[in-house]
Amino acid sequence: MTETFYEVLRRQGITRRSFLKFCSLTATSLGLGSAAAPRIALAMETKPRTPVIWLHGLECTCCSESFIRSAHPLTKDVVLSMLSLDYDDTLMAAAGHQAEAIIEEVKKKYKGNYIVAVEGNPPLNEDGMFCIHGGRPFVEVLKETCADAKAIISWGACASYGCVQAAKPNPTRATPVHKVISGKPIINVPGCPPIAEVMTGVVTYMLTFDRIPELDRQGRPKMFYGQRIHDKCYRRGHFDAGQFAEAWDDEGSRKGYCLYKMGCKGPTTYNACSSMRWNGGVSWPVQSGHGCIGCSEEGFWDKGSFYNRVTSITPFGAESNADTIGKAAAGTVGAAIAAHAAVTALARARQKAGESATEQQGEN
Amino acid sequence: MLSQQDMLEAERHGRQVRSIYVYEAPVRLWHWINALAMVVLAVTGYFIGKPLPTVPGEAAENFVMGYIRFAHFAAAYIFAVGLLGRIYWALVGNHHARQIFKLPITNPQWWSEVFFELRWYLFLEKTPKKYVGHNPMAQLMMFFFFTVLAVGMVFTGFALYSEGAGLGSWQDTLFGWVIPALGGSLQVHNLHRLGMWIMMTFAVVHIYAAVREDIMSRQSLISTMVSGWRMFKD
Repeated sequence: MTETFYEVLRRQGITRRSFLKFCSLTATSLGLGSAAAPRIALAMETKPRTPVIWLHGLECTCCSESFIRSAHPLTKDVVLSMLSLDYDDTLMAAAGHQAEAIIEEVKKKYKGNYIVAVEGNPPLNEDGMFCIHGGRPFVEVLKETCADAKAIISWGACASYGCVQAAKPNPTRATPVHKVISGKPIINVPGCPPIAEVMTGVVTYMLTFDRIPELDRQGRPKMFYGQRIHDKCYRRGHFDAGQFAEAWDDEGSRKGYCLYKMGCKGPTTYNACSSMRWNGGVSWPVQSGHGCIGCSEEGFWDKGSFYNRVTSITPFGAESNADTIGKAAAGTVGAAIAAHAAVTALARARQKAGESATEQQGEN
Repeated sequence: MLSQQDMLEAERHGRQVRSIYVYEAPVRLWHWINALAMVVLAVTGYFIGKPLPTVPGEAAENFVMGYIRFAHFAAAYIFAVGLLGRIYWALVGNHHARQIFKLPITNPQWWSEVFFELRWYLFLEKTPKKYVGHNPMAQLMMFFFFTVLAVGMVFTGFALYSEGAGLGSWQDTLFGWVIPALGGSLQVHNLHRLGMWIMMTFAVVHIYAAVREDIMSRQSLISTMVSGWRMFKD
């Protein structure tokens, strides 16, 4: 039996007072209310820690960078203890065969009872040779490790949707985790990277309640991805009023007007940035004056310009958007109609002339 | 005096005016309400995607985008409810009311008339045929560019509306699946906008054809959608 979270925390010199503070903060950040704080505390005092194996595929480690900066729940070292992060080749001290042995050990010891967190995704082209993990294709390691897992967390846009390495033409055939692994609950936590507190919030929820959070149609936790950036944006008032920044240096931009016309993807992006913000609540993209780029949406690299709302429609080629296609179609049809009307008028005039000629002949 | 002149002239030309009741009142009413809703939807929809210039003053004192979006949503509900009502009328109304919902694609005669109409529009036929309802070409266009497209606009439209209405709303339950199915919110926005352009292009063709056929063909077109009666000129 592994230690409980509480035992680990106390062993590391964290006071009970700090522990209870952490429980109530976690309850609040999960939107559960104060009544849930004692339940979290109880769970952490009694439940053994669930081991987590954190795998890295094709990625940039921005998810890890974000994760270790989580402010609530608590500081990074506590979070790391809480997790029982048994394997993470970026953060762990061990390396080589010694490190790889841990995966095997966890798989045997906690069969069906550990969580696999995946950062990045497996490339499938050339038998997966574009990403090698411990001398083997990452896709093999991923499949093996996930085989006995309780649940899988797909960290970031890479694992959830493919992100930049899966952008067209996707030379390595980078593939999101849920398209490689089946038969296991998979939680998508998209974003490039996801917000630190969202990441720790998802983990805390799973460890505390021993179940995966409620997911939406795209496998994302509803509590963090249930609403759009736009729905909670503090500039929403300017949107509804019709007040927009029209250039990066204009009056509207200085006054903090809505960045919709500058291509902000807030209205089409599901994430918690506008409510939780970044870096412990210091700021977030829109607050710093740049529109959302929609990094937590599927295929955001292939959706056209970051600085336009009416963007390219992929089947019609990279440079065509609804307006260019529509105007071209309407213009062509309009011109065709004008020409058709002219020909009709001519034909009719000729026919009329013919008719009156025959009529006159008849009268005569 | 004038009527006497007219009667004389009619007699001289030997024209026999006959008429058939084609479009029942609910169809006519729906047509014009739908047309109005479409105008509102297209204009407001255009400005939702590409908003008007910034308004001056306090945000609290203005609600330009709010009103534009309200008009769009209100017109959208009228459009959607109207479409449902029109589908109901296709079931209970006369057989002309079913024309834009089903194509007699297995009937070779119908296809030959489609091609006849195509030749007529290409000035390859001298005399047009008489039709009580839509001509087959018009029926074909109407089916794809109105009926199918309208259903697509309702589905994408309500899917986008569900984003504001929120998870668990009836719009989300019924139409929310459209967003991941079509590749995300932004893609659905763009396709919805493209649908608007196609529908507006179709509206231009529709109005042109109606005016042209009203003049050129052997039956009334525009007044039929007002009175319901199709008048034959010869």
